[in-house]
Amino acid sequence: MGRINDVGGMHGFPPIERELDEPPFHADWEAHVFAMNRALIGRGVYNLDEFRDAVERLPAAEYLAASYYERWFRAITALLVAKGVCTAEEVAGG
Amino acid sequence: MGGDHGGAAASLAARVRHVEALLEQRGLVDPLELDRALEAFLARANPDNGARLVARAWVDPGFRARLLLDGNAAIGEVGVSMGGGLQEQRLKVVENTATTHNVVVCTLCSCYPVALLGPSPTWYKSEAYRSRVVRDPRSVLAEFGFALPDAVAITVWDASAETRYLVVPRRPEGTEGLDERALADLVTRDGLIGVAAV
Repeated sequence: MGRINDVGGMHGFPPIERELDEPPFHADWEAHVFAMNRALIGRGVYNLDEFRDAVERLPAAEYLAASYYERWFRAITALLVAKGVCTAEEVAGG
Repeated sequence: MGGDHGGAAASLAARVRHVEALLEQRGLVDPLELDRALEAFLARANPDNGARLVARAWVDPGFRARLLLDGNAAIGEVGVSMGGGLQEQRLKVVENTATTHNVVVCTLCSCYPVALLGPSPTWYKSEAYRSRVVRDPRSVLAEFGFALPDAVAITVWDASAETRYLVVPRRPEGTEGLDERALADLVTRDGLIGVAAV
């Protein structure tokens, strides 16, 4: 069984939704997640492959329920804990 | 997905701020630097870059050939690069013809020439598009309002961590009198992904 992100050819997803004149980000927090991730990879806290892996390792239900940048945020926080940068308690403390 | 503007989104924004503050305390991120880097990135990477490449390819057969042969090297001639990201990925440029149409997807996640075109549209990252376009591209194109004749074959390119794709649409008829800049104005982000004619 592959990971949940491997959706090529799958049936049953809802129709494709498009947005006219879509902005690069829909909220400040999305832009911050994007920028934070670049900074952390740039500083070598983790690398791009580790980041992709962390997104793809999210539990299936969590992956499917989360928006795109929410997945990123979950992956980033998981990596920060795994790398010992923060504890799980600290990350959850918000 | 993405439609929650209520409590959940507000709480997520607060959690992001919280983690950013933790990283700031540790000296790993500087909020001002983040803002500057983001602004610079968005100013540099956007669909206009792709439109300029396509317009150049339409008017300059030599450039077109170089672009199709080695995207990373050729795009420097137009003053853009794939190097603005964290690591430079290969850019494979594919050209639509009278008999073949190209469409790009990343079935596994969201691989896209971000360093060149900026963040991809949300639909490109959706499971709906990723799952279906490899199985039934013609109906997906039709849904995007693009009725491709049955005689035209469709090639779907599945982008990866290492290789990103850019489509050169066919030059529309009746544009012989337009200069390169006016031609670039015709090219859309959807066209560069292959879900629109141009």
